[in-house]
Amino acid sequence: MKSWFEKAVLVFSWFSGLLLITTVALLLGYLFQRGLGGFRQDLIFGTTAPLDAILLRRQVFDGLFPAIAGTLALIFLAMGAAIPIGIGGGIYMAEYAQGRVKTILSLIFDILAAIPSIVIGLAGLALAIFLHHRFPGRIAPCLLIAALSLAFLVLPYLIRTTQNALEGVDPLIRNTAPALGASRLQNIRYVLLPAALPDIAGGVILATGRCAEDTAVIMLTGAVASAGVPKTLFGQFEALPFYIYYTASQYSGPEELTRCYSAAIVLLLICSMLFFLASLLQRRLCHFLLYR
Amino acid sequence: MNFARVTERFFSLAAWSAALLTSTILVLFLYLGLPLLENGGLETILSAPWQPEQGLYGIRSMLETTLLLALTSLVISVPVSLGCAFLITTLAPVRLRRILLVITRYMSGIPTVVYGFVALFVLVPMMRTVGDGGSGLSILTVALVLGLLVAPTMIIFFTAAMQRVPAGFLLAADALGASPVQKLLYIIVPQAWPGLLSGILLGLGRALGDTMISLMLAGNAVAEPESILDSARTLTAHIGLVMATDVDSMQFKSIFVCGIVLYVMTTILVLLLRFLDTKKIV
Repeated sequence: MKSWFEKAVLVFSWFSGLLLITTVALLLGYLFQRGLGGFRQDLIFGTTAPLDAILLRRQVFDGLFPAIAGTLALIFLAMGAAIPIGIGGGIYMAEYAQGRVKTILSLIFDILAAIPSIVIGLAGLALAIFLHHRFPGRIAPCLLIAALSLAFLVLPYLIRTTQNALEGVDPLIRNTAPALGASRLQNIRYVLLPAALPDIAGGVILATGRCAEDTAVIMLTGAVASAGVPKTLFGQFEALPFYIYYTASQYSGPEELTRCYSAAIVLLLICSMLFFLASLLQRRLCHFLLYR
Repeated sequence: MNFARVTERFFSLAAWSAALLTSTILVLFLYLGLPLLENGGLETILSAPWQPEQGLYGIRSMLETTLLLALTSLVISVPVSLGCAFLITTLAPVRLRRILLVITRYMSGIPTVVYGFVALFVLVPMMRTVGDGGSGLSILTVALVLGLLVAPTMIIFFTAAMQRVPAGFLLAADALGASPVQKLLYIIVPQAWPGLLSGILLGLGRALGDTMISLMLAGNAVAEPESILDSARTLTAHIGLVMATDVDSMQFKSIFVCGIVLYVMTTILVLLLRFLDTKKIV
């Protein structure tokens, strides 16, 4: 008793699955086909000797080194700022906040999580302008402001993952230590956090991937096409995603385009690595919160 | 003992400062966009065209593009995502379900700029042959890529919603001799629809807020788009394109109005999602 509609749904579902898989396969296949040729010794360091470049003795001009260094600097600064606040806030949400306070806070964090990243970048830009008015000539969009904006971007996600992980701890484990006389903080420190650690760590790693990947935030807060390796927190900087975006429209020849494909592969590999690491750690699936 | 109190203070401080910063953004945007809002009023800005030479800084065409683009990409993406979610939850063999889910999850981890970059060199040349040619940079081009970009979000959410349908219902359907498709159409979808709707809203939010794809592939023309084959500029791309050279100009102030509009749209979406959640049937 199969009606034509049921048959159509069946056929369409298989078509959708096939479409999805082929598209992704084509996308990745094309990327690797065009970009693998660029993986030569000079991809990262150009004509500079690698050791000189790493020790900052000489600048790299025709390589990805400054962009990779900029992305790493962004990741470390942003995650350095976001991890304590994110995990602290998550602990507060899971263990301390109650009733109406909890409802309001989680609504605000949901809004923050859903705000487009360009708007967060705009907030960073606004901050830079504000500081510029306050301290004329000294602070413009720079590495520090970009990193803080990125930290703000991943903050709601870190808070939510920590909260979910803590709230997901088995009540049996949760209630044992307090029954033995442990204080709330001792329970968090010695029981709840260790139990929730894999999920929290998975969340941190995914947030790191987001910092490496996001372009909209940094393009408003100081990323430029050529700045060299970042040396100060208050200078402009290069970053891998921005390099890809910029070169895609401004490339001057096939050589540069090939390097751009390779840069896209490098970025993809970094993100994939972080992604798989996170899925190994995380038991609870909450990454769609991050990628909305 | 003292240490404990300091630590607990820190926890609450962390949460409250994050919340406070979120609301500060809106206040800051209002403050920075105020000169423009005072100049013409909100209505004028939302309805006027963008003609800086004549002192008109309206964002109507950007607003329309943003909405049109988000809707077009959903029209493409929702059916395909539903189809994939059908496969993952019931129709496909168990092994294939796993593979599909892994691929979907992995897709959500591919950097946005990589999607945009590859599309620029693969899809755009193909789109040049559609319609009357042109540059290939159009709303439709963006909508196709954006559809691919939001699909994993929706598939994962759809799948989660459909898997929450009580097993007893499915067993009952099996006992009545229902085929997998019948189970899907008459049990799972009606039961899981609030979750499906949430997934669509999440996809909508992602499509509205995307910057890089539209910036790279829409051509960024400021004129009002007449069809989906036209080049156009979204609110997000408009923010991304304004150069911070003349900070006091009205053009620059207009990006903060765009920021406010995006912020408000996001808030409305989140509130809608909340509303759905409390009325969850499953």
